[in-house]
Amino acid sequence: MTEPSNPAVDAHDVSYAVDAAQLLDRIDLRAERGQFVGLIGPNGAGKSTLLKAISRILRYQAGAVWLEGADLASLSAKEVATTLALVPQIAPYTQGFTAFELVVMGRYPHLGRFQVEGTADSRIAREAMELTETDEFSTRTLETLSGGERQRVFLARAVAQQPRILLLDEPTSNLDILHQLKILTLVKELVDEHLTAVAAIHDLNLAARFCDRLVLLNRGRVVTEGAPAEVLTPATIESTFGVTAAVHPDPATGTLMISLIAPADEARRAPRAVGRTADSPATARVGGERDEPAGAVG
Amino acid sequence: MGVVARLAIGASILAVLVLGVGLVSLSMGPVNIPTSHVAWIVVSSLGVDTPDFGRTEQLVIEQIRLPRIIVGASVGMALGVAGATMQGLFRNPMADPGIIGVSAGGALGAVIAIATGMAGAFLLALPLFAFVGATAAAFLVYGIAAVGGHFSMATLLLAGVAVNAFLGAVVSAIVLFLPDNEALREILFWLAGGLDARSWEHVRIATPLIVAGTAVLLLMARDLNLLMLGDDEARSMGVRVGVTRAVLLSAACLGTGAAVAVSGTIAFVGLVTPHVLRLIMGPDNRVLIPLSALGGAAFVILADTVARTIIQPAEFRVGVLTAFVGAPFFILLLIRNKRQVYSL
Repeated sequence: MTEPSNPAVDAHDVSYAVDAAQLLDRIDLRAERGQFVGLIGPNGAGKSTLLKAISRILRYQAGAVWLEGADLASLSAKEVATTLALVPQIAPYTQGFTAFELVVMGRYPHLGRFQVEGTADSRIAREAMELTETDEFSTRTLETLSGGERQRVFLARAVAQQPRILLLDEPTSNLDILHQLKILTLVKELVDEHLTAVAAIHDLNLAARFCDRLVLLNRGRVVTEGAPAEVLTPATIESTFGVTAAVHPDPATGTLMISLIAPADEARRAPRAVGRTADSPATARVGGERDEPAGAVG
Repeated sequence: MGVVARLAIGASILAVLVLGVGLVSLSMGPVNIPTSHVAWIVVSSLGVDTPDFGRTEQLVIEQIRLPRIIVGASVGMALGVAGATMQGLFRNPMADPGIIGVSAGGALGAVIAIATGMAGAFLLALPLFAFVGATAAAFLVYGIAAVGGHFSMATLLLAGVAVNAFLGAVVSAIVLFLPDNEALREILFWLAGGLDARSWEHVRIATPLIVAGTAVLLLMARDLNLLMLGDDEARSMGVRVGVTRAVLLSAACLGTGAAVAVSGTIAFVGLVTPHVLRLIMGPDNRVLIPLSALGGAAFVILADTVARTIIQPAEFRVGVLTAFVGAPFFILLLIRNKRQVYSL
């Protein structure tokens, strides 16, 4: 076991490129144990890619990642899978598996080669489904579920995996407002108990409300990081997202509230637009800048 | 129902089916032998003291029908598990063992053995050539897909199609320029796939390879479950994707290569068997692969029994029969289950 003082996730100088596209450019990321860290930034900022690098789905080409003080490169695939779990952004092929069958797969990294999941594993899977309110469709195949329901099933599987670090890639992207709140509240509760969570989140209001710390990424680099109030200022939102915004305390919840006013005009973004003069005004909207390169999501 | 329960029920039913079909098959043929005699003779060949039914019956069963049925069962098993594995790896219900080139490669090997006269020279030349052809073709297809250290299943599929077409053309070219009509007949006969005159020699060369390949696939079924969900998914659940995929493909190729070597190309078993079982038992490969082994065995023994008794004293080719029966059945299934078969 490692020293408890080691951060859960500690990434140094992590770089990753596909062909000429530098998707991660010397990124540093630190998540202390029991923290909920939010990754924010426009499309193509490198949020998904960073999560994949930390979970070793892709191999970064430079830098190092330490999980609880252990070098990620020195861990076996199974050790990684029992330390952290990733909830994917888009649930890929589901092949006729039922929701319960999928959730129970979260137990695979804990089983030996000749083992089949036992009653304890089934119980853990069922509890995970209750927590995520997916138990009602446990016998349905994933094809018959909506995008949001499917996303919750994949979260249930990650919970059943019993990781110490939970990585979430846009966990609320397909969810209705009720389940956005419920799922993020659940993640927050898990974090309060024992977990560390790192989540890529598009909705700045949700990020401000639920995360302990935010890391703002843009074009594969860390722009700034810190408490939500330090990161989410009208100036940083305008310079990274190209959107004029107002930030004020939410009268109802007491957390930050970000009001998006309008796309900042082209002239004021000029320093950022060097070499990208072909951009039409339409591509400057929030989230409309650039799609995640195929290599990062595939 | 849990994995173990589903497996136990499915496997019991199919094991009884395999044994039943096997016993019936042993009793049928030019010499009809009562199944009670058959059972005793099989038991006696294991070294147990039993009543004597005369030399003829014993010889027919021990030297002719039993090895043929064991070869048939092995071939069915190899095709069934390889089909299930390919459908999982390609995340596609239309995949079959031939997709990685084993059938076409085996055919080329066999054709070379026959055309050069090697097959006539000694008994095992043909299966040996076919096996080498089958595995070489599969490695070629895999090599193309893995070129540059960047493996892609889509490239594997396309490389399989291209290599299959190319090897098919080579076979056609050899057949066209073959001066000897007898050899031509032999080739056509082999290509149709059959189990005639299979001996204990064939059992000895094919069955151990098939059992080994099947055992590996059974052990890796759980990893295949995760691979079916996508490479990233599998990786994040602790599967070493590259190694696992290579081992799965090699094991499937070993088994099918051995099967093709002793039976030629038997169509549809590898496609239909796992497909039908998946509709009944669900997609979990830990259930599907063992049941495909038993189901494939039952399918081939049954088809072979029909093939060799339906137009006595002549024999029908089992490879033709499986396609005759398998294809319409499969189409019926597709129509009936249109909504359940996964969307592509």
